[in-house]
Amino acid sequence: MSRILLRGASHGAASASIARRYLPSFWSLQNLTRSYSSSGKEITVREALNTALDEEMAADPKVFIMGEEVGEYQGAYKISKGLLDKYGPERVIDTPITEAGFAGIGVGAAYRGLRPVIEFMTFNFSMQAIDHIINSAAKSNYMSAGQLTVPIVFRGPNGAAAGVGAQHSQCYAAWYASCPGLKVLTPYSSEDTRGLLKAAIRDPDPVVFLENELLYGESFPVSDEVLDSNFVLPIGKAKIERQGKDVTITAYSKMVGYALKAAEILAKEGISAEVINLRSIRPLDTASINASVRKTNRLITVEEGFPQHGVGAEISASIVEESFEYLDAPVERIAGADIPMPYAANLERLAVPQIEDIVRAAKRVCYRAVPYAAAA
Amino acid sequence: MASCFASAKIINFGSQIRSNDRIPLDSQLGFSKVSILRSANEQWIPHGLYSNGSKPLMCRSGVSSIKCVSEVVKEKKAKSGSPASNLLITKKEGLEVYEDMVLGRTFEDMCAQMYYRGKMFGFVHLYNGQEAVSTGFIKLLRNEDCVVSTYRDHVHALSKGVSARAVMSELFGKTTGCCRGQGGSMHMFSKECNLLGGFAFIGEGIPVATGAAFTMKYKREVLNENCDDVTVAFFGDGTCNNGQFFECLNMAALWKLPIIFVVENNLWAIGMSHLRATSVPEIWKKGPAFGMPGIHVDGMDVLKVREVAKEAIGRARRGEGPTLVECETYRFRGHSLADPDELRDRAEKDKYAARDPITALKKYILENNLASEAELEAKDSKIEEVVEDAVEFANASPVPSREQLLQNVFVDPKGFGIGPDGKYRCEDPKFTEGTAQV
Repeated sequence: MSRILLRGASHGAASASIARRYLPSFWSLQNLTRSYSSSGKEITVREALNTALDEEMAADPKVFIMGEEVGEYQGAYKISKGLLDKYGPERVIDTPITEAGFAGIGVGAAYRGLRPVIEFMTFNFSMQAIDHIINSAAKSNYMSAGQLTVPIVFRGPNGAAAGVGAQHSQCYAAWYASCPGLKVLTPYSSEDTRGLLKAAIRDPDPVVFLENELLYGESFPVSDEVLDSNFVLPIGKAKIERQGKDVTITAYSKMVGYALKAAEILAKEGISAEVINLRSIRPLDTASINASVRKTNRLITVEEGFPQHGVGAEISASIVEESFEYLDAPVERIAGADIPMPYAANLERLAVPQIEDIVRAAKRVCYRAVPYAAAA
Repeated sequence: MASCFASAKIINFGSQIRSNDRIPLDSQLGFSKVSILRSANEQWIPHGLYSNGSKPLMCRSGVSSIKCVSEVVKEKKAKSGSPASNLLITKKEGLEVYEDMVLGRTFEDMCAQMYYRGKMFGFVHLYNGQEAVSTGFIKLLRNEDCVVSTYRDHVHALSKGVSARAVMSELFGKTTGCCRGQGGSMHMFSKECNLLGGFAFIGEGIPVATGAAFTMKYKREVLNENCDDVTVAFFGDGTCNNGQFFECLNMAALWKLPIIFVVENNLWAIGMSHLRATSVPEIWKKGPAFGMPGIHVDGMDVLKVREVAKEAIGRARRGEGPTLVECETYRFRGHSLADPDELRDRAEKDKYAARDPITALKKYILENNLASEAELEAKDSKIEEVVEDAVEFANASPVPSREQLLQNVFVDPKGFGIGPDGKYRCEDPKFTEGTAQV
């Protein structure tokens, strides 16, 4: 314990110098990612999706979009705005309410060489089509020994929104990521979104692209290279959003924003947190996470989904397998509450991780004397 | 069982269509003519049928399990002088069709033998008795046309052109199989022959087939390629109560996709009789409800199936949209080799065994002097040799090597992610040797 106290004491000086190093590159508390020269431009995640789809459809005539309300309604969340006018109803296809049907149609089209982008209005509706995502998309390359490839993208908003109730709020990252043959991507910023969606559309394997409805309206700064129409990010590599040396926080999608804010708060209290934006849940970049944990010796995983058998459970097991000796504290999992999402606003806030939860957990892994909050 | 008999009364049709019964109807559904059948108890029931002038098609829609009468159709074609023009099939076609059906039957019988000897394992679903449907449709397709099937897919694969050796090896789980042993009995795929599976979940193949048909339309409209390929989806009576079936009937008709939905109604879904499971047992009726023609045909007669198939495939190729064809057929064996087949009535099995499609075709060929007994027997022995050769080949083939375990999961091998050394796992030489940790 004395070792930890000593570290706490020296942290004051160290963290101050770290803060000074980072300070000039912060624009505001919200925009915490800065590793390239910025053009001064900001785009929302919605614009990032729209431009990425537009550019990929322009580049390859085999790419088409299919889903409910993607055409005349301009997209249920206005993601595919303008695409119907630009590409016509043969390439931006409004479907009846038939998830199983049109997901399967997408798979059949992919078998025959087209590159469908199938939109689910939310990933909760993908459960009606999950047989096609798993059985006819993910497993087909294997079952056919490479004869039939499925270059399909299933995309849509995932996870909790605001007050939409239990049937519209589940996070499906863990479910899809447990299935071999699928790639599962979870972008956070506009840069992530553009790069990963382009990579997903160009990828010859089935990709589940989990967006977040509450991030659609958020703006992020983007550099010129991000706006280039050939900008792709590698699938399977995480991004270190913020360097740190005391505790590693892994997160994906909206939770990256929360983790970054928590890191800010922790920095003031002398804990330097390294925030990893996972970007890709399958394949999981365990190499980066392990490297980070070997540096910081403590790990917190943050996710919005249900805790049991979640992404955090997988990361925790993986770290224990590969970096056990490096851990100075047990791995902490922060996840949504183990209940169906309630409707009442105050209960919903309690059911989803908040920034304070991440801060408390970080303090727990750093100062083991603080008792745990009541377990569920 | 009593309930099955009771409902048969409502759907017991008696008469053959005669030309003076045909009543023209407006062609909003793409029919040229609609025939009205008068049933035994004076109910007028409209049939959606094809007929093109002088060639009325013979259709029965009795789904009863009590009595069915087989009637061989003798069509009168436009006179061309020679007596052979009255027949439905030429000698060459007849022998081709016969050979294909015998291949299907012999292969499936050999599968049963091999299964009981332990060479084949897992779920094996045999197609004995239904050969007329597979041969009737698939032998009219081109190589570029696609076929999508269910778990009862061995004979569809053989008819579509996958070699008996490849199918048998796949069943034995050897690396020379059509899917290198990774698929198995229920997952036959062939890119070369455009067989898009092989699906274990019933109804799963229907949207996939609809997607393949969608691609053909997309190629014409967006990519401006000349594409008049069609897709044929085979599935059973049990599937016709599944949601995906109706979703795809809707979308196929809505977008006029070049697809033929072929229902192999063998009256049984494992142990569930079709009549116990379905509120409206006439599956062909569900076609017009969605805006496409619905046809019922005797699936134990390959010549009748061929005639219907020609119309349906022609329709799809011309861009007139989908068709739903219900083939009344029967499987002589159980649902799978693990099924004791205790629920089906002995009398029913005997009745359908008397309508064996291979025997019927043989009779037709011999009666019409299309070929001699010797020629047919030569075909039989040729097929026996092919099947035995397939078994020998499969026996002699190697099992998949250890490296094959991790192959083909992703097309892009980087899909296995980053290894502990920070590089892509697929770049690790141990990965391809099958000894790396994943």
